[in-house]
Amino acid sequence: MSQTAIKTDWDFPAFAGEGHHEVGFIRTYIFSTDHKMIAKQFLAMSLIFLALGGTLALLMRWQLAFPGQPLPGGGIFPDTMAPGGIILPEFYNSLVTMHGTFMIFFAIMPLLVGVFGNLLIPLQIGAGDMAFPKLNMLSFWLAVPAGFMMLASFFVEGGAAGAGWTAYAPLSADGEFTGVYLGQQLWLGSLFILGFSSIAGAVNYITTVINMRAPGMTWFRLPLTIWALFVTAILVLLAIPILAGALIMLLTDQTLGTAFFLPAEGGEPLLWQHLFWFFGHPEVYILILPAFGIVSEILANGARKPIFGYFAMVLAIIAIAFLGWIVWGHHMFMSGMNPLLGTTFMFTTMVIAVPSAIKVFNWLGTLWKGNIHFTVPFLHAAAFVSLFIIGGLSGIFMASTPVDIHIHDTYFIVAHLHYVLFGGSLFAIFAGITYWYPKMFGRLMNTTWNRIHFVGSFIFYNLAFFPMHGLGLEGMMRRLYDPTQYGWLAELQPWNVFITYAVFALIAFQVIFFLNFIISMWRGEDAGPNPWRANSLEWSIPSPPPHGNFERIPVVHRGAYEYSAPGWDEDFVLQNEPPSEEAVQ
Amino acid sequence: MNWLLEPSVSTFGPDIDQLYYIILIITGIVFFVTEGLLIYFLVKYRAREGRKAEYIHGSTRAEVIWTAVPFVVVLVLALMSKPLWDQIKEPSLFPEGAYEIEVVARQFEWEARYAGANGEFDADDSFTLLNRVHVPVNQPVILHLEAEDVIHSFFVPDFRVKQDAVPGRRIPVWFEITETGEYELGCAELCGIGHYRMDGLVVVQSEEEFEAWKQERVAANGGQP
Amino acid sequence: MTTATATRPEPGFGVYNLKLGMWVFLLSEVMFFTSLIGAYIILRFAHPEQFAAPGEVLNVPLTAVNTFILICSSVTMVKAFAAVEKDDQRGLQLWLVATIILGSTFVGVQIYEYIHLFADGFVPNAAEYSAGGGPLYGSTFYLMTGFHGLHVSIGVLALIWVLIRSMRGAYSPERLGGVEIMGLYWHFVDLVWIVLFTIVYLI
Repeated sequence: MSQTAIKTDWDFPAFAGEGHHEVGFIRTYIFSTDHKMIAKQFLAMSLIFLALGGTLALLMRWQLAFPGQPLPGGGIFPDTMAPGGIILPEFYNSLVTMHGTFMIFFAIMPLLVGVFGNLLIPLQIGAGDMAFPKLNMLSFWLAVPAGFMMLASFFVEGGAAGAGWTAYAPLSADGEFTGVYLGQQLWLGSLFILGFSSIAGAVNYITTVINMRAPGMTWFRLPLTIWALFVTAILVLLAIPILAGALIMLLTDQTLGTAFFLPAEGGEPLLWQHLFWFFGHPEVYILILPAFGIVSEILANGARKPIFGYFAMVLAIIAIAFLGWIVWGHHMFMSGMNPLLGTTFMFTTMVIAVPSAIKVFNWLGTLWKGNIHFTVPFLHAAAFVSLFIIGGLSGIFMASTPVDIHIHDTYFIVAHLHYVLFGGSLFAIFAGITYWYPKMFGRLMNTTWNRIHFVGSFIFYNLAFFPMHGLGLEGMMRRLYDPTQYGWLAELQPWNVFITYAVFALIAFQVIFFLNFIISMWRGEDAGPNPWRANSLEWSIPSPPPHGNFERIPVVHRGAYEYSAPGWDEDFVLQNEPPSEEAVQ
Repeated sequence: MNWLLEPSVSTFGPDIDQLYYIILIITGIVFFVTEGLLIYFLVKYRAREGRKAEYIHGSTRAEVIWTAVPFVVVLVLALMSKPLWDQIKEPSLFPEGAYEIEVVARQFEWEARYAGANGEFDADDSFTLLNRVHVPVNQPVILHLEAEDVIHSFFVPDFRVKQDAVPGRRIPVWFEITETGEYELGCAELCGIGHYRMDGLVVVQSEEEFEAWKQERVAANGGQP
Repeated sequence: MTTATATRPEPGFGVYNLKLGMWVFLLSEVMFFTSLIGAYIILRFAHPEQFAAPGEVLNVPLTAVNTFILICSSVTMVKAFAAVEKDDQRGLQLWLVATIILGSTFVGVQIYEYIHLFADGFVPNAAEYSAGGGPLYGSTFYLMTGFHGLHVSIGVLALIWVLIRSMRGAYSPERLGGVEIMGLYWHFVDLVWIVLFTIVYLI
């Protein structure tokens, strides 16, 4: 490469005020290429899907607690879903499938990767925008049609996909088995399109982090959020294409008569599971690594103390991402795979507990001898740690192959995955939203209502999901339309009623959050540039940052966690604060 | 709701339960220690006027300890799990002289096929049974699991037995039950709209009762498979 | 911007954004073809009886010629890039046209091959196909070659776009990123074909 071509290297029109030209409404709010606006667009989209996914969960919980009883107000559903408000089994299966699909692909993943990736990567590394702003815009505008396609599948003949979010073949490969033809195909098509969105985002994130860090922002001065998002982007980049390949094979099995997963024609149903989980386990870490980053950031900020073992935290993220590729078989212990292979996967799965443990201990180490301010983001981050401990520990039961025989595909798994994805990822998302809300909108969310939301969420979350461990140990299977069908589960019905009430309350508290989120945009207190007295670069510029972010390229002098450093008056010091004598005063 | 398991009635059930309790105790200790520390730190180090947090970046010694200890613990758990897993799932280690039954899963029922006196499943005196599986007590039994349409999963909680039935495959499952009685059987893998009502019964009988029952079935079938 | 050095970012991997982005994107393409080829290998090992011997069903000589055509197109692509490095606009356009023609020929031959296979009854679900092989053979063959063909077709369209831009004088030795990343993509697609030709036609 000739030296001259490197002119494009620092192709950065947004700097030096060039980007401050006026653009119209459509370019500002709809087809925006500004990473902050794209982050807000992802935020709006994924919060809507989060609410939708929650609504589906409510419907499921109603059926589980009161099987066969008409849902209050359920008359609005067409007869193909819930005649007279009584949920049909096929509709229940669609609810199970779409709840998982919405939450994983359209809520948690875009919230963590789409929102925080877009918002934080340029801001925290000191760049004016992403490497490819137009590709970034495309990434969002691919996710939208994918979402509409997924939604539309509810209203086509046969209803939405009902083979679970894992779409195990051959159940998913032939409409004859479920009565869902077009719905399943829309599901496959939608995820395929969404895959393009994710890959476009990942290409952007990886390029931006590698090439566009501000001077002085060395790899080991990066905030852990950036490390987590960077590693996550690599996982997205490598895992999503595997899913894409599998989706295409399933789609052609459904439509073109190929035989990949159809045993009646010589295909292999287990091939789907291998491909799906080879994608699916990295996907699990895509859904938790950014949460690790967010929580590390906020715990250090709340404790006013450097993150404990920064280097080990980075290594743990990388180790988890690496090990995540060789554990997929633990989803398939009961599939009839070779027992020796099962043993191998058990060992790798057990080992992956180690970096997770390192993270937890380092978070505790961060709090040790701190000076803890109980801000709302901190409360959520601390809750994350306590709930992730439960989710992590319950994973060890399933990793042990003999114990997994009993609890595989039961509510123990449901409890485990919700402790990781709701107690883990979603609490981290609440922490992240409340923490960066002022940076996004220039105003603070109402603290009182936020605290009420936190307390209610924490209590009812645990009341809803903790008892599920017990149901699983009693042998209650997942994805069961009517548990009272089984004698031994009918006895446990009071627990299902209890859980349902807890879920009702849990969701009621989320309404508070949504209202607070919207009202604070207009009524919130003015935030100022650095309301949390934090160190990373985004807090050195106004809230919300102008187009192009930084007036001049920031020069970074230190890591992101220099809280309570000796020699400074304040207990924080911005990463781009020059180390001059005057600054110390 | 509790953390104790219902008693199991298979020979390897208590071993699974024991392993479960070992993990429960270990994770329980970790749970109380970590959550306890978390709460303790939150209370002890809450912000107070005029105090600054200590400027600590970490401790290599602590890192090494809390990397090594979990590593050893999970490795030991894996090593403890392996022999039991092999005993239950490795076909080459299945007990000899087991009584063999074919179980075919389809939407949404279980069909048990019993071999005739010559050991063939399509003999004149073989017979089938819907949503019920009769097995003898105190004798190893091997079920050959098959599925006709989609994946199902044969799950008897009281036996600590679970195995997917995959179309196109014939997967053996063995168990030996130590108490007579009727035990509920369920499908653990989403298999379609009737997944929730794919229940059945496993009837465990004494050897004499089992033999008598078989004769009765053969007679009732009039020699037709 | 106080000093000149302060305006430089932290050293990345020493390649400009566009090129790095293309490398990163191609990594995801590698994983995509890995999933297709991996599925093929697994299915072929599990059900060897469903796969016909080399040359029994597929026209190997024709495809060998086609492979040669695609390899030639990689050479012309290299020539196009060399031309733009020397600011040889005419050379750039000529070599791009040559690449487009060769790429289109490859796709054309592939379509011709498909038409003949279909006429012989070798369809994606060739359960009853007389010349050998079962449903998995047709399924995997069309999936892999089809997606490769799609990539070549997209490449040809992109080449046409690059050609149009070059006619407008968009490229120079200072601004040649568009040509270079086009070349990266094209060589990648070529490389994938060599793998596919080997495992689908020859082995």
